Amino acid sequence: MKDDEMEILLVEDDPRDAALTLRALQAENVRNRIEVVRDGEEALDFLFCRGVYSGRSPNHLPKLVLLDLKLPKVDGLEVLKEIKASPECQTTPVVILTSSAEQRDVLESYKLGVNSYIQKPVDIEQFRQTIKTLGLYWLVVNRPPPDKTLADQRGTEAKVPGWGKCGNP
Amino acid sequence: MLVSGTALLLACVAFAVYDLTTFRATMARSLSIQAQIVGANSVSALLFNDPESAQKTVSGLKAAPNILSAGIYTPAGQPLATYWRDRAGRVLPLPAVSAGQAETYWLTNKEIALVRSIVFQGKQIGAVYIRSDLNEMNGRLTRLAGLVFVVLSISLAAAFVISSVFQRVATRPILQLAEIARIVSREKTYSVRAPATGNRDEIAFLIQAFNEMLSHIEERDAALQSAQQGLEQRVVQRTAELEATNNELEAFTYSVAHDLRAPLRHIQGFSVALTEDCGSQLDATAQGHLQQIVDSTQYMGRLISDLLSLAHVGRQELHLQVTGLGSLVQEVLQDLKHETDGRNIHWRVGDLPFADCDPGLMKQVFYNLLSNAAKYTGPRNPAIIDVGYGSVEGQQVIFVRDNGVGFNMKYANKLFGVFQRLHRKEDFEGTGVGLATVQRIIHKHGGRIWAEAEIDKGATFSFTLETVQKDGLQELPVLVLEGTQ
Repeated sequence: MKDDEMEILLVEDDPRDAALTLRALQAENVRNRIEVVRDGEEALDFLFCRGVYSGRSPNHLPKLVLLDLKLPKVDGLEVLKEIKASPECQTTPVVILTSSAEQRDVLESYKLGVNSYIQKPVDIEQFRQTIKTLGLYWLVVNRPPPDKTLADQRGTEAKVPGWGKCGNP
Repeated sequence: MLVSGTALLLACVAFAVYDLTTFRATMARSLSIQAQIVGANSVSALLFNDPESAQKTVSGLKAAPNILSAGIYTPAGQPLATYWRDRAGRVLPLPAVSAGQAETYWLTNKEIALVRSIVFQGKQIGAVYIRSDLNEMNGRLTRLAGLVFVVLSISLAAAFVISSVFQRVATRPILQLAEIARIVSREKTYSVRAPATGNRDEIAFLIQAFNEMLSHIEERDAALQSAQQGLEQRVVQRTAELEATNNELEAFTYSVAHDLRAPLRHIQGFSVALTEDCGSQLDATAQGHLQQIVDSTQYMGRLISDLLSLAHVGRQELHLQVTGLGSLVQEVLQDLKHETDGRNIHWRVGDLPFADCDPGLMKQVFYNLLSNAAKYTGPRNPAIIDVGYGSVEGQQVIFVRDNGVGFNMKYANKLFGVFQRLHRKEDFEGTGVGLATVQRIIHKHGGRIWAEAEIDKGATFSFTLETVQKDGLQELPVLVLEGTQ
């Protein structure tokens, strides 16, 4: 998969959940480009072009990050915190997609600046509907933040400190 | 001191009065004797009308210094001879004396006077009139008063001395004892002790007994305090244990929420995927089995949700606010519209009161009760469901009554238990958690819930709420028709 085709970063430790999510997203005949990572550390490595992703171009950020909360190594809230704290990625929409409906999780996520919080419906039909709806909304209906490469060409964002040094925040 | 003084004074006065009375009688007698002597000596003078002789007789009274005056009178009341101690020559008229009385005397402030008839051979031949001053009696009175004063003074002084001695011996220790008792009762300090007197009398015994009593109380108090401290420690310990258990329970609930739901979704998801991707390769039997899997997972999903909601109700703190129960019922009816679509249900909602309750939880109560009523009236056309407020056996209850399938009262005690169901799943679906949740909410509000039913006649669920506001019903239309066929 080429970087510039990648539209969604799915952070999901459970391969079955990941498979079902992918299945739901791709059911709409929209061939979304989806990158799946299995834990919080891998997600951060991908976004900040570190570790196994050090060769990745920092210019292409996903249009949407789907983030589970309960993740190995670095948990979802920690990932969210780092994303929203980094100048490079803070504009990337992040949607929490989790089983937890705990109020403290919801509240903490919004405090950290999450763009949407979705509880995975238990019922598979509702689950499929929810995933489809959110894919359509964030990739088709929603207007994403301007692409960094275009922004660089226009030079409008050049003054933002740390801009263009993705991977070394 | 006052009492003994008064008693003594009264005794003295009584004695003085007695003495004076006696003395007065004595004086009167002595005056009478003098009058008799004078009378006897003046018989001849009277008979022979000899004033000189009479004068001599009367003047003999000079010997008695207390005689103020005396006179010998003829029967006609004319003075024959008179004697005056101080004012010689004055004539004193004979006072009138009632006839037939040989002698009479009277007393004034200053004197005692006596008139006595002089009788010779049974015939009254004259009268003697003698007045005596009361100097002697007054002197005696003064002396008596002096005596009383002296006696009183000495007695009181003696009483004072005796009482102060007594006070040192008895009163002071008792007062000290009383003061200590006051301190003990006021400050609740049981460590004080009454000082011993050193004597071996009743008061010493009293003090000893009092001190022993204090010792016992002190011991009890200490024991009580240590028991209380132990109790407090245990409460703290138990609370900590309880909190730990509660936290574990919360963690468990969270884990149920997160971990148990995911595999369930996977089973469902892949069952659907199987149908979609390989449906053409599956025969009817395989498809039927697959459907069973899907149905079971759906039911398990509902079970988990209901259980979580029950656990949530248990953990949640009540946020009380005055709420119109009628409005809650209307909201629930709106929510139920979807479920009861296509059914003929007559909802008859009466006036419901306001109550200080948690609106969210109370709405859940009505939701569970009304959806239950709708569910178990499934075979009825029309279904009639009453929601009302009224007095049942002296208490105000809110009730939900339906004309549904009812249940056997034999199993009424199982109704509110978790996972307890009185109907077969294929007849009426449900998890058996709804009424347990309802009961838990009602109990949290300090109320009570019960049900009465008869098979095929319907069921009535009634509950009390302690916080129902007695006056002011929320007025709502009595009859609400919902749903049409």
